Amino acid sequence: MKAVVVENVVKSYGSKKDLVEALKGISFEVDRGELFGIIGPDGAGKTSLFRILTTLLLADSGKATIDEYDVVKDFKAIRQRVGYMPGRFSLYQDLTVEENLEFFATTFNTTIRENYALIKDIYSQIEPFKDRRAGKLSGGMKQKLALSCALIHRPSVLFLDEPTTGVDAVSRKEFWDMLQNLKRSGITILVSTPYMDEANLCDRIALLQEGKLLSINTPAGVIGNFKQPLYAAKGSRMLQLLNELKTFKEVKDAYPFGEYHHVVFHDEAGVPPVASYFGASGVEMFPVTPGIEDCFMDLMKTNE
Amino acid sequence: MKQFGAFVKKEFYHILRDRRTLFILLGMPVVQIIIFGFALTNEVKNAKVLVFDNAKDVASTSIIHEIDASQYFDVQQNVTSYSQVESAFKRGAVKLAVVFPSGFNNDLEHVNKAPIQLIADASDPNTANTLINYASAIIMDYQDRITNEHRLPYTISTEMRMLYNPQLKGAYTFVPGVMAMVLMLVCTMMTAITIVREKEMGTMEVMLVSPVQPLKVVIAKAVPYLLLSMVNVASILLLSVFVLDVPIHGSLFLLVGESLLFILTCLAFGLLISTVTDSQQIAMFISLVGMFLPTIMLSGFMFPIENMPILLQVISHIIPARWFFVIVTSVMIKGLGLGAIWKETLILMGMMLFLLTLSIKKFKIRLA
Repeated sequence: MKAVVVENVVKSYGSKKDLVEALKGISFEVDRGELFGIIGPDGAGKTSLFRILTTLLLADSGKATIDEYDVVKDFKAIRQRVGYMPGRFSLYQDLTVEENLEFFATTFNTTIRENYALIKDIYSQIEPFKDRRAGKLSGGMKQKLALSCALIHRPSVLFLDEPTTGVDAVSRKEFWDMLQNLKRSGITILVSTPYMDEANLCDRIALLQEGKLLSINTPAGVIGNFKQPLYAAKGSRMLQLLNELKTFKEVKDAYPFGEYHHVVFHDEAGVPPVASYFGASGVEMFPVTPGIEDCFMDLMKTNE
Repeated sequence: MKQFGAFVKKEFYHILRDRRTLFILLGMPVVQIIIFGFALTNEVKNAKVLVFDNAKDVASTSIIHEIDASQYFDVQQNVTSYSQVESAFKRGAVKLAVVFPSGFNNDLEHVNKAPIQLIADASDPNTANTLINYASAIIMDYQDRITNEHRLPYTISTEMRMLYNPQLKGAYTFVPGVMAMVLMLVCTMMTAITIVREKEMGTMEVMLVSPVQPLKVVIAKAVPYLLLSMVNVASILLLSVFVLDVPIHGSLFLLVGESLLFILTCLAFGLLISTVTDSQQIAMFISLVGMFLPTIMLSGFMFPIENMPILLQVISHIIPARWFFVIVTSVMIKGLGLGAIWKETLILMGMMLFLLTLSIKKFKIRLA
């Protein structure tokens, strides 16, 4: 039994005249107990997809099921069994940490004690502040509280919409560790993020761009599919270097990547002439192993 | 039921922890009653009067004395020319001038007819009207007395009685008005705002993805405001009885019951507003423009409905406060029972059911 099945889901907003297509026919499946990442930049359609799956929005066409329940017909059953953490940490700012958690527990007909084991790792970190109002918590603590609230009823599928946006690097790392622990307790997790580096922490990822899925694979699989030679280049005048690189017909793509430019070649044969040309003018150039971001850039390029 | 309880409890936390808003909600009726009761009054007291007495005889002097003796007037000065009268009005020094022609008493005794001129500052027409009425009444009194002495044939004497409100107190109209206004604000605006706030904060999104029936969430939000409104009704009634001396002539039970009906109507309207908007500002705007202004303008509390243009009279029919105003006035001031106000009660009830059905129908179980 698949935890999530999405078939050809289309969603657009606005009137006929200026129609915005948020999702242009998305299909994928998520296995039970999988940690599945939806990776894509802002505006790719991540939130729309999550809202359709959590029964908050209706798709224009297509079909989706959660635990074999239809998101339209069986929305009541789905609302019993999923956990959802929207992009903004939707807590009651004027209630304390404990009151928030208690309230969400009652909402789902359960108690904190009943499912304490599940949230213990997470909640114990903020328990010392349980009498503090949620509005006065730091971003990382709000995130932990929101996750605790989303988990309090032991959902079978957990939807996390950009849970790490606006949270510091340390909290982000801690958060992903928590997700790995949750996965072990058998919860299926769908998480969306604009951060490419987080993709490696998922079992499988779907790359989403302008409402289309570019690739669905394991992180290693996505990287494995990247067969072209990839080089890093660094010179004294970076902007000029980038423009110059793009003029070579051997170069498939060039884009800034940290302090280097990443250069994708069509094939190995194209590398020496370009390397020797730039080597003469003192540009540093060496091969690098591709990351998820390189794959994403390449898929976008191919998609265009 | 346990869920519902948790929701109501949560809502009370929201209200009780926002001290400033709570203070405004509970303090508003008190302040309004006091402002309307003591500052914004139409009653005239000790208005300054100018006398231009060309007669200076028995009759004119005794009329002037009587005017001065009444609590409404305060005779300021005697002048000797019309230009002085005009300049006093221009300075705003007086509100009313009384002019006697020369030979006033003489004419009165021999021709049986003598004119008095009353000049009022009608830049404020209501006050001018009231002053002229009061002054005429005093002069009529005087006339009655002298006619009695001389026994003329065929006199018709008008005897007036101001029913329900013999002292013509303003409080009799504004207490029902303030009640309608405050309940409207607390119930309609606050309910709309608090529901829309959950949408703005994103908590509504989370609540929708939960087993709780969405309608329960919303109704739970209305409960605390219902209680708060009842507290307001109590404080308004206590203030009007003990501070403004406006008695409750009718049944208190009926009055509270009718208030409850009006509160429910307002809550239903607030609910409806919350279903059509996603921003607190717009919710506030709709409640103020759509409800609060018409309540003040068209309910008959500030301006008599009979004097309005036909179009506004027609519009006033759809304003719940209009009917509530009639109900409160009837029960509280006139002491009438349900038999006299069943029509208004039914209309309010119909409005409440209509608004409630509409808002439940429009209520979204999803985001869009």
